[in-house]
Amino acid sequence: MKTMISSKADLSASLIELKGVTKVYGKGQAAMNALSGIDLRIDKGEFVAVMGPSGSGKSTCMNILGCLDSPTSGTYLFEGVDIGKLSRDQRARFRRHYLGFIFQGFNLLSRTSAVENVELPMIYRGASAADRRILALRALEAVGLTGWESHTPAELSGGQQQRVAIARAIVTAPNVLLADEPTGNLDSVRSREIMEVLTTFNRERGITIVMVTHEPDMAAYAKRIIHFVDGRVDSDRPNTEVA
Amino acid sequence: MFWNVLLLALREIRRNVMRSSLTILGIVIGVSAVITMVTLGGGATEQVSAEISSLGSNLLHVRPGQRGRGPGGTRSTADMFKMGDAEAISREISGLAAVAPVASQAVQAISGNQNWSTAVIGSTNAYLQVRDWPLEDGRRFTNGELRAGKTVCIIGSTVRKELFSNRNPLGDSIRLGKLSCQVVGVLESKGQSGFGSDQDDFVLLPLRAVQRRIAGNTDIGGIYISAQDGISTEKVKKNIERLMRELRRIAPGQDDDFHVNDMQELVSAMTGTTRVLTGLLGAVAAVSLLVGGIGIMNIMLVSVTERTREIGIRLAIGALARDVLMQFLVEAVVLSSFGGVIGIILGLAAAVVGARLLSVPFVLNPGIVAVAFVFSAAVGVVFGYFPARQAARLDPIEALRHE
Repeated sequence: MKTMISSKADLSASLIELKGVTKVYGKGQAAMNALSGIDLRIDKGEFVAVMGPSGSGKSTCMNILGCLDSPTSGTYLFEGVDIGKLSRDQRARFRRHYLGFIFQGFNLLSRTSAVENVELPMIYRGASAADRRILALRALEAVGLTGWESHTPAELSGGQQQRVAIARAIVTAPNVLLADEPTGNLDSVRSREIMEVLTTFNRERGITIVMVTHEPDMAAYAKRIIHFVDGRVDSDRPNTEVA
Repeated sequence: MFWNVLLLALREIRRNVMRSSLTILGIVIGVSAVITMVTLGGGATEQVSAEISSLGSNLLHVRPGQRGRGPGGTRSTADMFKMGDAEAISREISGLAAVAPVASQAVQAISGNQNWSTAVIGSTNAYLQVRDWPLEDGRRFTNGELRAGKTVCIIGSTVRKELFSNRNPLGDSIRLGKLSCQVVGVLESKGQSGFGSDQDDFVLLPLRAVQRRIAGNTDIGGIYISAQDGISTEKVKKNIERLMRELRRIAPGQDDDFHVNDMQELVSAMTGTTRVLTGLLGAVAAVSLLVGGIGIMNIMLVSVTERTREIGIRLAIGALARDVLMQFLVEAVVLSSFGGVIGIILGLAAAVVGARLLSVPFVLNPGIVAVAFVFSAAVGVVFGYFPARQAARLDPIEALRHE
């Protein structure tokens, strides 16, 4: 799958390109436009913060970028390949190989050790037990959790849990990391630690990051900030004051 | 991939040890009930057929009177047999091992101050052969004793115990009514028959002695016949029936005034009965397996609801719907077959104890063990499929939002 897309890929194309993407929930009178025509290009290696009030369409946009949802109309090109019309299973395979997810609520499996949580995506990739363990330990090391491998989420602080979640997202070496308010449940010190980790991955591994956030302090870590209002891109500008 | 799914399922079961063990309790009880019932039933069947064949295999019994009057109550107006009938049978019918004409009566047996009411059986040495009955001590009748109708006797082990307790009875005399008779042999014990009567409670005398000295006639109450090995008793039975009709001059179309019992028929009738009972008990136990399966489905459905968020996470990080389906299905199958294994172990243990308590042999039936295991795994597939499909159909976005 990965090679298939790469071989077809138009090298001049952006990593992600949305063209006239709309999303409508419900039908007829009850229809609600969550997205009304989004055009967006994100290049490889960017760190993009997505901001906007509740109901502005930023979560819907993230779901579409994350291939959890398909657009009602418009096209979603990933490395020049249209993936908006993929079937459910094809989208799952795409997520498995190209994307990493970080959520506000961490979304770790409870009563499951940190290393087993990180191994999870590798299981679906069919990696061998030995490979899985090595890669998971390496990912935990990269987020600074060496020594905490066998702890379950209940035994970890919020910041540590989010770092486990980051390790789980990057263990498959994804092209894109999608973070949905990754610091929403954390205090400012832990938030900054998380942002440092993300920035490091963006800078050193060239992982493209798209992050939804409410907090201007966190958005300040990104290189580009997009504002959503009423299902539209209201402003899209480079971040001049990179932290 | 399959191993990974199995690994996930095992992890999940391990995370919920308490709930998992309660979930499989229904299956455990169902399987162990089936195993116990069927194993004990098999033991009982085996015991009954062993007891019946202790009467003597390939055994046929001809007696006067019509069939259907039940054992014992067969004395009707029909003519008794005579010695000529037994001789004709052994002369005319091929494939016979032995023919033993029998005349019997109830008597009071007395030795010293011991008194025991028993049966006297007049026959020949052939009686011991057809009943496949070895002597424990002493000897058989001599030809001279048989011809002359000497008053010598071979006693069953119950009679020996009642009249002589621990003394050696050989050479001693017992009194049967007014007749005094010398003990020349003692039979080995056969114990109770399949019908619950004591087979060892009788005194065997030469046929002529019983006819002349006790009964006072030349009647024969019945003829025991054993067929040679490999000869169909059914065919022998047909031939005897034809011969007896001839000898007794029964016109075509008229009913027989005698009856030939085939022990093989009896064996299959008796074992057939216990087999039906076993089947019924097994069926009742199988119902509890079904209930156990519904229990698994119930818990799996709860589990899907409870783990909606987890399913969402799995779907988001790249699990296919098929992976989630497999995960829940394998979990259900692992649970149910685990319950099956525990149930088989418990059931066999209960069967061993039960067999001892009921004094029936413990007969391991590998077939039913295999069936119980396969069935319990199948319960997992059938009752796990619906919840697993529910899980696989979840929308990842909705599932992730679920609290």
